[in-house]
Amino acid sequence: MSSPLSRDDVAKVAKLARLRLTEEELTTFTGQLSGVLEHANDMNSLDLSALEPTSNPFGLTNVTREDVIWKSLDRDAVLAEAPDAQDGRFAVPRILGEAP
Amino acid sequence: MKTAVEIANDVQTGATTAVAQLDAAYVAIEARNAELNVFLHLDKEGARKIAQAIDARVAAGENVGPLAGVPIAIKDNLCQTGIPTTCSSKILEGWKPPYNATVIDRLVAAGAVPVGKTNLDEFAMGSSTENSAFGPTRNPLDPSRVPGGSSGGSAAAVAGDMTSISLGSDTGGSIRQPAAFCGIVGMKPTYGLVSRYGLIAFASSLDQIGPFSKTVMDSAVLLEAIAGHDPLDSTSLPEPSPSLVSHVNDGVAGKRIGLVKELYEGADESVINAVMGAVAALKEAGAQIVELSIPELRLGLSAYYLIAPAEASSNLARFDGVRFGLRVDGEDVTAMMEATRTAGFGAEVKRRIMLGTYALSAGYYDAYYGQALKVRTLTINAFQKAYAQVDMLIGATTPGVAFKFGAKSDPMEMYLNDVFTIPTNLAGDPAVSVSFGKGEENLPIGVQLLGPGRSEASLYAAARVLEIADGRS
Repeated sequence: MSSPLSRDDVAKVAKLARLRLTEEELTTFTGQLSGVLEHANDMNSLDLSALEPTSNPFGLTNVTREDVIWKSLDRDAVLAEAPDAQDGRFAVPRILGEAP
Repeated sequence: MKTAVEIANDVQTGATTAVAQLDAAYVAIEARNAELNVFLHLDKEGARKIAQAIDARVAAGENVGPLAGVPIAIKDNLCQTGIPTTCSSKILEGWKPPYNATVIDRLVAAGAVPVGKTNLDEFAMGSSTENSAFGPTRNPLDPSRVPGGSSGGSAAAVAGDMTSISLGSDTGGSIRQPAAFCGIVGMKPTYGLVSRYGLIAFASSLDQIGPFSKTVMDSAVLLEAIAGHDPLDSTSLPEPSPSLVSHVNDGVAGKRIGLVKELYEGADESVINAVMGAVAALKEAGAQIVELSIPELRLGLSAYYLIAPAEASSNLARFDGVRFGLRVDGEDVTAMMEATRTAGFGAEVKRRIMLGTYALSAGYYDAYYGQALKVRTLTINAFQKAYAQVDMLIGATTPGVAFKFGAKSDPMEMYLNDVFTIPTNLAGDPAVSVSFGKGEENLPIGVQLLGPGRSEASLYAAARVLEIADGRS
C-alpha cells in the first residue's frame, strides 16, 4: 500500500512540534513514521464505535483538594536553574516584532 | 552481594554501618562504571551525610526503617534536590531540580541512601539504553549486549552488584524488560500505587515507578516503602501503602493461573521453554493452570505507539529553552525554541514527538489517537474477562534474551520487543518479571506474572515460588 505519510506531512508536523529537520532526516523520518502508522492499520480496520475511549485506567475524574495555602517551590531556586531570568521572572528573546 | 533486607538488618543491629555500606557501594561502582556506563552522576557528599545521620540514629537506639543504610540507585528521570537530573537528554544537561520526587523522600524516610543517578534511554523512550545522549549502558552479564531499557542503568546497577536495589520507571515495559535481560526481579506496580510526583513525565497515563532487586522479598520491601497515596499526584490511588512483605511466602496453592497464548507465541524456543517450566513449577506448588487466548492483546502495541507518543508530544512541549536546561539562541522566541529543541532532543525523541503530534493533529485525531483510546478500553475489558476466570496470568516478558548492540536498528523492530509488556500498562495493572531459566549463551530469561489492579501481593507470592523453583532460596 502507499505510504500513509508524505514528506510534506512530516515537514508540517515538525514545524508544529518546533523541530527543524534536515532533508536527510525528513526522508528517514517519513519512512520510519509511515512504518509505525502502517502497523497501526491492524487497529484501524476494527469497528469500535460501541466502545468509550479510556484515558485513565481507573476512571479517576475531578480530583480536587481544599483551597488552602500549601508549600510551593522557592522562586529564586527555580529561576536559578533557568537559562535566563530577569526581575524575578523567566526571560525570553523578544516575542513582538519591535523591541520597546 | 547481600540483599537489601540483610544489609538493613546488619546496619540496624550494628554489625555494619551505613557509611561502610555506602563506601562499599562506591568501590563496586567505580570498579565497573567506566566499562558499563551505569551511573551518570554520583552524589557522594550528599549520600555520606544521609548515611552518617542513619548511623547516628542507630547509635541512639532508634529503629531507622526497613531499608536502614541500604544504598540505592535512582533512574535519572526522578528529581532529587540539587542533583543533576538529565533524563539522559542534552536538553536537560546541567539542570538541577529544586525539589525531591515523592519516592526520594519516602526512600530516605525508610532509611535508604540514594547513591546516584542511572542511565536510561532519552526520556525513557527505548528498550536498550542505546538512545541515551550520554552513551549506552552495557549489560553486566555480557558487555557486548544491551541491558534492556529504558531503565537499563538501574537494572545494570543491581545485576552488576553495585547496589542491591534500584528504582526505575515503566511506561511500556521499561522495568520488566531490563529486569528480564539482566536476570533480576522488576515490578511494574498498579497505576497510581506509587506517586509520580517528581518523575519527569513521558506518557502520564501509563508511567509508573517501580523497584529492581535480586530477590522477590527485596522488591516487596522496597515497593511497600515507596507506595501509598500522595496528595501531590492527582492520579495517586486514595489508599495507604498495601501490605506486601507479609504475603511474599503465601505460595500459590489453590490459585488459578492463566497461561496466555498471546503472551509467549512468537518468542524464541528457549523463552517458551522457560515459560512452560515456570508453569510446571507453579502447578507443582498447587496452582491450577488454565490455558487462555486473549487475542485483543495483539492490538496493544499499535495502541501504545500512538497513545504514548501523543502524551509525550504534549509533556515534552515544556522543554523549550525557557525554564530548564539548554537554550540555543535565536533571533526571536520561536527561533530560540526551535533551535533549542532541535539541538537538545535525540532522534528517537524527535520521532515520538512527531508521531504524537501527527496522531493528535486535526483530521487524524479520531483515526489514530481516538481509535487507540478505544483499543485501550478493549484491552481493559479483555483483561477483566480473563480475571473473572483466573487470579493471575503468566507469559514471557520478552521475545528473546538480551540482544547485541545495534541489533535492532529499525524503530519498528525495536518497538516489537515490547509486545508482551505493553498491554499491562494500557490496563493500568501490575506485572512482575522474575528470572527463570537460561537461554542462548547462558543468558537469563524473564517470566512475566500479570494480575488485576492492586494484586501485587499475589504476584510476589507467585514470583517467590518461581524464584525458589529456579534454585534461588
